Amino acid sequence: MKRYLLAATLVALMTGPGFAEGPQDRATGGLGVVIERASGSVLIVDRLARAQLARVEGLGDLSHASINFSPDERYAYVFGRDGGLTKVDLVTRTIAARVMQAGNSIGGAISDDGRLVAVSNYEPGGIRIFDADTLAMVADIPTGSKTIGLVELPGRRFAWALWDKGEAWMADLSGAEPIVTRLGETGANPYDAILTGDGRHFVVGLFGEKGVTLFDMWDKAPAPVRFLSDYGKTGEDLPVYKMPHLQGWGFTEGQFALPAVGRHQVLWVDRNSLQQVAATEVHGQPVFVIAQPGSPYVWVNFATPLNDTVQVIDSRSHAVVQTLTPGAAVLHMEFAPRGSEVWISLRDDNRVAVYDTRSLQPITSLPAESPSGIFFTARAHRTGL
Amino acid sequence: MPRGQAIALICAIALLVPAAARAEIAPARVAKLENMVLQDCGSCHGLTMKGGLGRPLTAAALSQAGAEGLAGIILDGIPGTAMPPWRPLLSEEEAIWIAEYLLKDRQR
Repeated sequence: MKRYLLAATLVALMTGPGFAEGPQDRATGGLGVVIERASGSVLIVDRLARAQLARVEGLGDLSHASINFSPDERYAYVFGRDGGLTKVDLVTRTIAARVMQAGNSIGGAISDDGRLVAVSNYEPGGIRIFDADTLAMVADIPTGSKTIGLVELPGRRFAWALWDKGEAWMADLSGAEPIVTRLGETGANPYDAILTGDGRHFVVGLFGEKGVTLFDMWDKAPAPVRFLSDYGKTGEDLPVYKMPHLQGWGFTEGQFALPAVGRHQVLWVDRNSLQQVAATEVHGQPVFVIAQPGSPYVWVNFATPLNDTVQVIDSRSHAVVQTLTPGAAVLHMEFAPRGSEVWISLRDDNRVAVYDTRSLQPITSLPAESPSGIFFTARAHRTGL
Repeated sequence: MPRGQAIALICAIALLVPAAARAEIAPARVAKLENMVLQDCGSCHGLTMKGGLGRPLTAAALSQAGAEGLAGIILDGIPGTAMPPWRPLLSEEEAIWIAEYLLKDRQR
């Protein structure tokens, strides 16, 4: 009891003014976490109340941070740029565990059973895998390259790609020892990868050459299949001021919707034939192309200096149906799990804007310091995030 | 790119930015540039400039580099890498300002 009181007091002190007081019995299914990239902190938010609950500090360099949730939606694993792996407890609103596991990191993943957390590292290049409870390291897989596009596959498996070597790899941790397999060549400088929600296609985007490479993970021996290898062959490429992301990449109407690299276009590819079916001219270099759940729409944000704008595209007509200017430096968009609203981080406005997806009108906004990634706990139950 | 070629490229680019390009930049623009270095350069090079997809840009990591050579890389990028040319967004004076800003040890 004494211990509980102490913890409660600490929580009360940490939540501080400006935040709703901390009911410990709040369920986590409506919660989310917003990265505050410049201050090394995260905000715990209540999506349903559209309110911030607490700020948790001391997470290091979050310039490229992402989050995975435990299956019970209690813990957020925050992957920081500086190699920090932090386990944040959304109930007590405190840091439950933290390790500096590498010098430089880019992202992470959590196994389907929630027991293993994997981190993708630049320095030293490789994948490290940790016990989700204790953050003790259980496997170290050096790759001799910066690793990107780490995803979790069903059955305690992970896949990733190598920026420097142009290869894709997989690790199977279902047995006593990890089994590491080379999947094949991706093409030059893969910049990100994603797994489709059905667990079938591991899709790797290329920066060093034109194209996208796909592996069918339902196959016993997945092999690389290249597509979109000739987009934008005519004319000079435009400078890419921010690397596109494939996390949250839109799949809709039987199509992949993906950012062209060096083109102000979203490219549409038929998922069965892997043929390009359309290209939508957009406002700038796309960064995220994200499908609005329960709708035919994808939402796109853009690289600096054109990053005050968000466009909505109809995947049936491939036409831009709305152009919004939510504010300065749109970095990320996160939809309510059924798509009714979208939260948009506005880094240079120091706020998160909430839009109704039917009226396309702003509902409210929440203060946040240089917000970047927004992650709702419903992600815990989705493959391919 | 072999190191020799990279150095040659840096030297060649450096010639394109004359020392005379150093001029006063308005305080409001300086604040924007600082934010740009932290946030936009930081996207690839890390908010603490210790590197990411891009190389580290700490003063220590850049100790062998000159401001003009760096400004040249900022303006024209490094072809064949993810470093884009920022010339469409920055003047030469501003690139020099950023280079000098990076070379200062800011005790980050």
